[in-house]
Amino acid sequence: MRYKIEIQSLSAWFGSKQVLQDITMRIKENVVTAIIGPSGCGKTTLIRCLNRMHELTPRAKVTGRVLLDGEDIYGENVDPVTVRRRIGMVFQKPNPFPMMSIYDNTVAGLKLNGVTDKKRLDEVVEKSLRAAHLWDEVKSELGKSGASLSGGQQQRLCIARALAIEPEVILMDEPTSALDPTAAAKIEQLIRILAENYTVVIVTHNMQQAARVSDFTAFLYLGKLVEYGSTKDIFENPKSELTEKYITGEFG
Amino acid sequence: MSQHEKSQNFLSKIKSNRKKRFSEDSVFRATVLLIACNIFIILGLIIFKITQGAWLSIQTYGIKFLWGTTWQPFPPDPTVPPSFGALPLIWGTLITSAIALLLGVPISLGIALALSEFAPKSFNYIISFFVELLAAIPSVIYGLWGIFILIPFLQNNLYPQLQATLGFLPFFQGTIRGSSVLTGGIILAIMIIPTVSAISRDVFAAVPNSQREAIIALGATRWEKARIVMGYGRSGVIGAIMLGLGRAVGETMAITMVIGNSFNMFTSLFEPGATLASIVANEFTEASSPPVYISALMEAGLILFALAIAVNASARLVIWRSTRKIKEAEML
Ligand SMILES: Nc1ncnc2c1ncn2[C@@H]1O[C@H](COP(=O)(O)OP(=O)(O)OP(=O)(O)O)[C@@H](O)[C@H]1O
Ligand SMILES: [Mg+2]
Repeated sequence: MRYKIEIQSLSAWFGSKQVLQDITMRIKENVVTAIIGPSGCGKTTLIRCLNRMHELTPRAKVTGRVLLDGEDIYGENVDPVTVRRRIGMVFQKPNPFPMMSIYDNTVAGLKLNGVTDKKRLDEVVEKSLRAAHLWDEVKSELGKSGASLSGGQQQRLCIARALAIEPEVILMDEPTSALDPTAAAKIEQLIRILAENYTVVIVTHNMQQAARVSDFTAFLYLGKLVEYGSTKDIFENPKSELTEKYITGEFG
Repeated sequence: MSQHEKSQNFLSKIKSNRKKRFSEDSVFRATVLLIACNIFIILGLIIFKITQGAWLSIQTYGIKFLWGTTWQPFPPDPTVPPSFGALPLIWGTLITSAIALLLGVPISLGIALALSEFAPKSFNYIISFFVELLAAIPSVIYGLWGIFILIPFLQNNLYPQLQATLGFLPFFQGTIRGSSVLTGGIILAIMIIPTVSAISRDVFAAVPNSQREAIIALGATRWEKARIVMGYGRSGVIGAIMLGLGRAVGETMAITMVIGNSFNMFTSLFEPGATLASIVANEFTEASSPPVYISALMEAGLILFALAIAVNASARLVIWRSTRKIKEAEML
């Protein structure tokens, strides 16, 4: 199995406050990698550095390298817009475009790429919504507003929207934290299926979730990468005492 | 006094205090309510007085006043009664307002987007400050500026160019006049910019950041992000535009000074014209006799009033509904 993303000595700041310190890790292709750690440890910041969203915050700074298929996304001639088309993102709070229909939400990214062919769009809508396991629930009402769906459906719509541009990597920031257990279970199932074709990086607060869905787990604490390994190892015999304490719920 | 009596005493004092406070409170509320009701009374009185003043004209010309095209307070043949019809005024009002929107809205939206999406914060404050200052300039000053600076410039530079390139269209044919419908529309465009841009900026600023992040994460450029912001704020922007329209329809002083004040069913924008507002301002002093003259002006005012109220009320409604919708969306 090859490495899709290589993070090398990545550090990140908000103003003068350093929130990531010298992170180095390699993320394998077509597996689910979970990032866990207590609140405020830098999980969100880390994945936002992977698709160059971090730099959108005023006064935010990044150093280090992030190689996508061996090529530094922070390289001089790299356009962040192209990076973001290869690395999709799903946010903590579902954020469909309320003024667009379900159909238009799904292909919003595709339309940015200039695709206007109706037949092609129709195909992508069906394919993406099927992949997000939403198709059967919405196929008869694709014209309805994206905001008219339930929270869990909205989140799956956001996943479909991310899938529609056929990214290679999908970053998910606590994608189920705003959802009820049934909806969350559906998303978890979906993540497992997605891993067959995509490299998935998921941030989660929920240890059971990390154990259930991920193949590899990284434990982050105060901006540092404490331990990283196969999910089985991390949960069954962690090397670091800190990891063990966190996993057994002694803090966090 | 026993301990018990003391505390009883104390309690009753609190109670009476409360009662007093309560009654003061209700007096205050009643007063405020009464003052607020004055607004309805004043509005009602204005409508009543204008309608009363316009009554003679309404009786004389009936509904035909709306599409009549003559305005003859003193017909050349003294045996003919004066006749009035407001269509050229309504036409003038509509066309100048349309020009104002056509030119003013894109500029305003540009300013609003620049402020909310593109400009750095410090720059933002400076531009907002000047835009709002623009709103504070008295309308007569716009008129003066229009007469002494805008008109000479337009007449000598822009209009000949315009005629040379677009002269095949009927709106740009004929003799070029500086004091014209087009100049009136341009002045109005400048005057609605502060209103439309300030409200649109607030609408855009209220668009949740999660919407911007959503589209950026899909690989949007800054311009594509701006389009999402505009789409999200669409109904608020429509409200802002309608508020600008309300301002354009009712604007009086500045446009009276530059439109040329001619009762004229114009086809070319280079011709002089008049609006409902400008004719009232321009002719009120001379309209002492015949009585139907002043009544006709009153009726023009009444139409203007109805138009302005309708536009402003629907603008407010649209803005109110859109902000409510955004708030609801945020609560999800
Ligand atoms: N926009 C910002 N400006 C300044 N500091 C920020 C900003 N966003 C996050 N931080 C700080 O950066 C640190 C890391 O934040 P981050 O959001 O990455 O944590 P997290 O691990 O995702 O936390 P959570 O589990 O609560 O989502 C925190 O200390 C936070 O206070
Ligand atoms: Mg987070």
